[in-house]
Amino acid sequence: MNIQIRKCYYGDIPEENNSGAGTQSASNESLWPLWEVFIRSKQGLDHKHAGSLHAADAQMAMENARDVYTRRQEGVSLWVVESKNIHASNPDEAEMFFEPSSDKAYRHPTFYDLPDEVKHM
Amino acid sequence: MSLHDLEKTFQDKIDKEIKIEPKDWMPEAYRKTNLRQISQHAHSEIVGMLPEGNWITRAPSLKRKAILIAKVQDEAGHGLYLYSAAETLGTSREQMVEDLNSGKAKYSSIFNYPTLTWADMGAVGWLVDGAAILNQVMLCRTSYGPYARAMVRICKEESFHQRQGFETLLVLSKGTKEQKAMCQDAINRWWWPSLMMFGPKDSESTNSDQSIKWKIKRKTNDELRQQFVDMITEQIKLLGMTLPDESIRWNKQRNHYDFGEINWDEFWSVVKGNGPCNKQRLEAKNKDHQEGLWVRKAALAYAEKKRLRVTVKVA
Ligand SMILES: [Fe+2]
Repeated sequence: MNIQIRKCYYGDIPEENNSGAGTQSASNESLWPLWEVFIRSKQGLDHKHAGSLHAADAQMAMENARDVYTRRQEGVSLWVVESKNIHASNPDEAEMFFEPSSDKAYRHPTFYDLPDEVKHM
Repeated sequence: MSLHDLEKTFQDKIDKEIKIEPKDWMPEAYRKTNLRQISQHAHSEIVGMLPEGNWITRAPSLKRKAILIAKVQDEAGHGLYLYSAAETLGTSREQMVEDLNSGKAKYSSIFNYPTLTWADMGAVGWLVDGAAILNQVMLCRTSYGPYARAMVRICKEESFHQRQGFETLLVLSKGTKEQKAMCQDAINRWWWPSLMMFGPKDSESTNSDQSIKWKIKRKTNDELRQQFVDMITEQIKLLGMTLPDESIRWNKQRNHYDFGEINWDEFWSVVKGNGPCNKQRLEAKNKDHQEGLWVRKAALAYAEKKRLRVTVKVA
């Protein structure tokens, strides 16, 4: 048998023709939109992004989110929002976008030198 | 910035253990490698439901049935987390499903072996999930953020899988003569395929180790496999069973167990589609997909109808 052994890790089996490399041929006649899921794990905490899923509408997104993301009491409250409605900052411009805050050290309490005698501050 | 600079900045981030997020610049090969690996991982979770689903209706008690359903449901969730992570790299769910169903995409070969007896449910949980966990624990620290987060979630759920498997075998190992034999038989059949799950030997490669450099992986196949052998060789003592490999023995110099040679011809033959159940698995997936089409369409139509009703009310 003539087999060519290539290094591949578990879960990384070589594919003769790389899949998912950009060619989109799948039909989307039955494609459900993508939703982002946010979970409040307990009262008093913020909702936190947990992941995403596909669903036909908000109600189905909510029920699917419950079934996949909260099977072990991970949440007491859920938000679902259609992914297309999220506006994200651009990581390529992050440096410029967030820059103004890094040169304003006086916004931090450690900027101020106070004598040790000052208590409770 | 030139391509060279971008690549350097990228590698610096990796070296500093800064995670790569979906919209960050990344080398095309990094994106492709992650996409291939994550989607294969997702497919493995999904196809992995088939050999276990086979026993849901025949589980020996209501308790075992409930446990098995919960486990198979977890695997569906794992598939979902991973598909979502793969989608952040610019492919669609439909495309991945199509690649799986057409046989173009790969999944872990272990799921091309049949589950012949109830003891196989134990052996799969203990050995197959056990091997998967070692890989997945390592992947919790992988450099691509969405993949790492999916892995953290999966690892939290996975330990129940391995424990229920071991416990299933433990019960059988204390049972009748027939049950003991069934237990040993399942271990015999699943041992070697489980070792193959870690992939080819490190020495079979002349390729430079890009996955390690990019911190997609942090351990080599052989390291993980050795970890698995050491772990299982100890655990099996508690079952009073044996592994089907006479060359397993403690090596004082290496501080590890030595073990026998894997049948690599079998490994490649199963990868190439000639395993005992490759055909069956793909047929089952295609059948599911086709038979589910009307449901997917109906759900969309229903959602649209509800939306229209709201619009009319508002007007
Ligand atoms: Fe899993």
